[in-house]
Amino acid sequence: MNRRLALPALIVLAAALPFVLSNFRLFQFTLVFVNAIALLGLNVLTGYNGQISLGHAAFYALGAYTSAIMIDKWSVPYALTIPVAGLLCLVAGFLFGIPALRLEGLYLALATFALSLAVPQILKYFEHWTGGSQGIVLSKPDAPFGLPLTPDQWLYFMTLGILLLLFWLAANLLAGRTGRAIVAIRDHPTAAQAMGIDTALYKSLTFGVSAAYTGVAGALSALVIAFVAPDAFDVFLSITFLVGIVVGGLASISGAIFGALFIQFVPIWAQDISKAAPWAIYGGVLILFMYVMPLGIAGTLRLAWARYRISPKWGPRHGPQTPQRSAAPRQSRGAPR
Amino acid sequence: MTTKRWMFALALLAALVTAVAPALAQTVGVTATEIKIGNTNPYSGNASAYGTIGKVITAYFKKVNEEGGINGRKVNFITYDDGYTPPKTVEMVRRLVEQDQVAFVFQTLGTPSNSAIHKYMNQQKVPHLFVATGATKWGDPKNFPWTMGFQPNYQTEGHIYAQYVLKNVKDAKIGILYQNDDYGKDYLKGFKDGLGEAGKKLVVMEQTYEVTDPTIDSQIVNLKNSGANVFFNVTIPKFAVQAIKKAHDIGWKPVHLLNSVSASVGVVMRPAGAEASKDAVSVQYLKDPTDPEWANDPAMKEWKAFMAKYYPEGNLQDAFNVYGVAVTQTMVHVLKQSGNDLSRANIMKQAASIKDLALPLLLPNIKVNTSPTDYYPVEQEQLIRFDGEKWVRFGDIYDASKK
Amino acid sequence: MDIFFQQVVSGLATGGIYGSLALALVMIYQATDVVNYAQGNMAMFSTYIAWSMLDAGWPYWLAFFATLAIAFVGGVAIERIVIRPVENAPILSIVIVSIGLLVILSSVAGWIYTYTQKPFPSPFPNRPVKLGNVIVGAHDIGAITVTLIVLLLLYLFFRYTTLGLAMRAAAQNPVSSRLVGIRVGWMLALGWGLAALVGAVAGIMVAPVVFLDPNMMGGILIYAFASATLGGFTSPGGAVVGGLIVGVTENLVGTYVRFIGTELKLTVALAIILIVLMVKPSGLFGRGTVHRV
Repeated sequence: MNRRLALPALIVLAAALPFVLSNFRLFQFTLVFVNAIALLGLNVLTGYNGQISLGHAAFYALGAYTSAIMIDKWSVPYALTIPVAGLLCLVAGFLFGIPALRLEGLYLALATFALSLAVPQILKYFEHWTGGSQGIVLSKPDAPFGLPLTPDQWLYFMTLGILLLLFWLAANLLAGRTGRAIVAIRDHPTAAQAMGIDTALYKSLTFGVSAAYTGVAGALSALVIAFVAPDAFDVFLSITFLVGIVVGGLASISGAIFGALFIQFVPIWAQDISKAAPWAIYGGVLILFMYVMPLGIAGTLRLAWARYRISPKWGPRHGPQTPQRSAAPRQSRGAPR
Repeated sequence: MTTKRWMFALALLAALVTAVAPALAQTVGVTATEIKIGNTNPYSGNASAYGTIGKVITAYFKKVNEEGGINGRKVNFITYDDGYTPPKTVEMVRRLVEQDQVAFVFQTLGTPSNSAIHKYMNQQKVPHLFVATGATKWGDPKNFPWTMGFQPNYQTEGHIYAQYVLKNVKDAKIGILYQNDDYGKDYLKGFKDGLGEAGKKLVVMEQTYEVTDPTIDSQIVNLKNSGANVFFNVTIPKFAVQAIKKAHDIGWKPVHLLNSVSASVGVVMRPAGAEASKDAVSVQYLKDPTDPEWANDPAMKEWKAFMAKYYPEGNLQDAFNVYGVAVTQTMVHVLKQSGNDLSRANIMKQAASIKDLALPLLLPNIKVNTSPTDYYPVEQEQLIRFDGEKWVRFGDIYDASKK
Repeated sequence: MDIFFQQVVSGLATGGIYGSLALALVMIYQATDVVNYAQGNMAMFSTYIAWSMLDAGWPYWLAFFATLAIAFVGGVAIERIVIRPVENAPILSIVIVSIGLLVILSSVAGWIYTYTQKPFPSPFPNRPVKLGNVIVGAHDIGAITVTLIVLLLLYLFFRYTTLGLAMRAAAQNPVSSRLVGIRVGWMLALGWGLAALVGAVAGIMVAPVVFLDPNMMGGILIYAFASATLGGFTSPGGAVVGGLIVGVTENLVGTYVRFIGTELKLTVALAIILIVLMVKPSGLFGRGTVHRV
């Protein structure tokens, strides 16, 4: 059981899928990747840095519309719109992060909630740019350089590639000093500041990076779905993202993938189980997840792996070892035990 | 298994998949005993009130199946929830077309939802029939030969109201309340186009609202204050009742043009009160199940019997349930007309050759007509005025095809 | 000037709606430190229960109080059964559970009662009332009055009864409360029950205006959040006042600020939230939180 081989094996498997799966399934998995990028963005902010955001649908929308407007109005090549969307959201997120510095917990959640609510109305207001409620229709891009790939296959590879790049960047960021600073700010802001970390700068930057990731996801979603309309970017989307990172596992990179799979497929399964009240099933599954896996899928797997390693009966045969301290959030809230 | 064996297995699988796919392309979604029809509807979310249309269609196909099906084939009606969000619609429709392999897609609901799949359906050459939205762009056979709407579109209706004002109201000062989305804006456009350049100056105030607003009282107050003596009311039933009540309460008695979406006697006019809702003007093309006019009408009785047997939890006051049946009857007619050739091309061809189909639930003298250049099945509407108890038809039938 | 007063009065009426749900939100937050996203839907579901009773022929006030009792028991049950397993989990887990609850309630309501909107009767006469040149619905006045009565009763309960004191203690300092013998778990449950009861009142008062359907509370919940933020999540009275202010401001801005008009009314409500949060996060009447190092 060599963990080091797991990741490359998964990547190879993912790359092989387009030649086995139907276009429709590829489309679904592409959406999973897009969501995973958005969830990673949110997780960096909420999981690692402790800033709760219920407003990420706003950045997702900003990214999606940036891409759509650039393609539709100015015929910009679609590939270029993705980094532009990311950059724009980086700036927007950073700017939003500055006043958000004063807010914490509930109040930050409320402020971001408000931001998310305003988005559909604002999008409809600037009709001339956004096409209003009618939205903007785009075309799915063909594979470049005449590669023998269907548009769905090409989009899948492109999204997978961007996902791997962004995940790698995030992993590096979080593993180093910056990552430790970000987590320190979450766990004990006053101590972090006392130790010389510029909390204001880090918090705002984290907001920016988080928004950038979500913005890139939004731009990709515009290309994959080939359509943007204001009502798709409502508060429920923000809530879905939050559900995704909590179910997937806060403060974990792999959690983004688990969460993305959850929010993509569970509603569909719920519908197949019960036509009459599918969302009741979804809600039930959500609640059950929180009972059984309060740390999310990734957190629970991590815990299980740690327990396995130190288990005298099942674990690998070494001398006694302490499991690695992970970046998972502390479990208790309220008075210390 | 060794790596080589895995690669071989994968390659074999890929080959099988690509080999089998073309064979399925022949008469997709149709076997000797079954026709598969796909649909998406908002069964959850803000627009879930429209979900009853999907349910009544399911019930009607059940009735058709129990009565022997269509030319010996049963209908397998597959409907998915899209929550009125376009990304979900795209996903569900792709599932219907690519995974469930339906013959065609019928009555997908919502303007943004249908906009999202408009190009896709035409690229895939899958009939996209009788879409449940009143937007105008679905009748474009030249550019989108596989997509067809059904009901008279909102712009036509707006046009009718504009003509009515120009003809019947002297010194009109028009106030408009509309929902801030594609439905509201489509009506607004039709109305303003109908007024023409000179007429547009007659509009003294426009007010909007969102579906999430609890009340629109404030907007009504503003409209009264603008001095408007004509009120173009583009609201869904919930807000229409509020609007009518509030206008009455504050003593505002304009010429009231009420959009057909909210013209139900049982759901809007009666709860708003006879006093308040009297003299409202609207248009209709379907029979209102709550209108005493049709209490003894055989078509209405048959509809009620159908509802009792196949969709007992459905609301008998809900005009959507009449709409759903009328549209399904049209669909059944098209399928019957297609005989044994249920290829997508022929279904589309038959859908584009409906001649004078008189559905029992349509108002008298209104018929369904399509042709290869006319993708608007229902284009006739009747002006109606509320007398405090029921809607009374007046004037000629307005025919948009003869504009 | 007439239109100004008319808009203010209409705004107060709408604001009363927001304030009543905001009251329920604040109640749960005060009792349990949790923002309950399912509050609106709990209120909606309670209103449906009232509707079933009325549909079966029960007299209005009997149905009213019976619903309140059921809502109270329901709230307690939800806390004990659904929330208890995650009481000590990270706060986000509790938020997710409340979201799950939100979704379940709306789905089940839609399943049982269908999504078609239903009219709901008002106990107040259907007459407009004229105050000078301004016209108000009798129901609007009645609804605000009921909300204020509820507020008063809550205030008396928390201030002057032992149980109220115990609940406040349990919320502020669970550890010390346990030492004194207060059953903190049940205090939390009681908090939920009371909030559910307040929510039910809000729902029953609101339904005649906005019509009963599973998504009835969706838009109102948003404005309720704005109201609670403005008034302060730690102040029940502030929540109601916040609601009134939001309602009035929304109307006045929609009327007098031309370029915003009605197309950005919701945005205005949200701008209020953001501004209040920037300037005084604890709201107009709330107490600031102090962080121990």
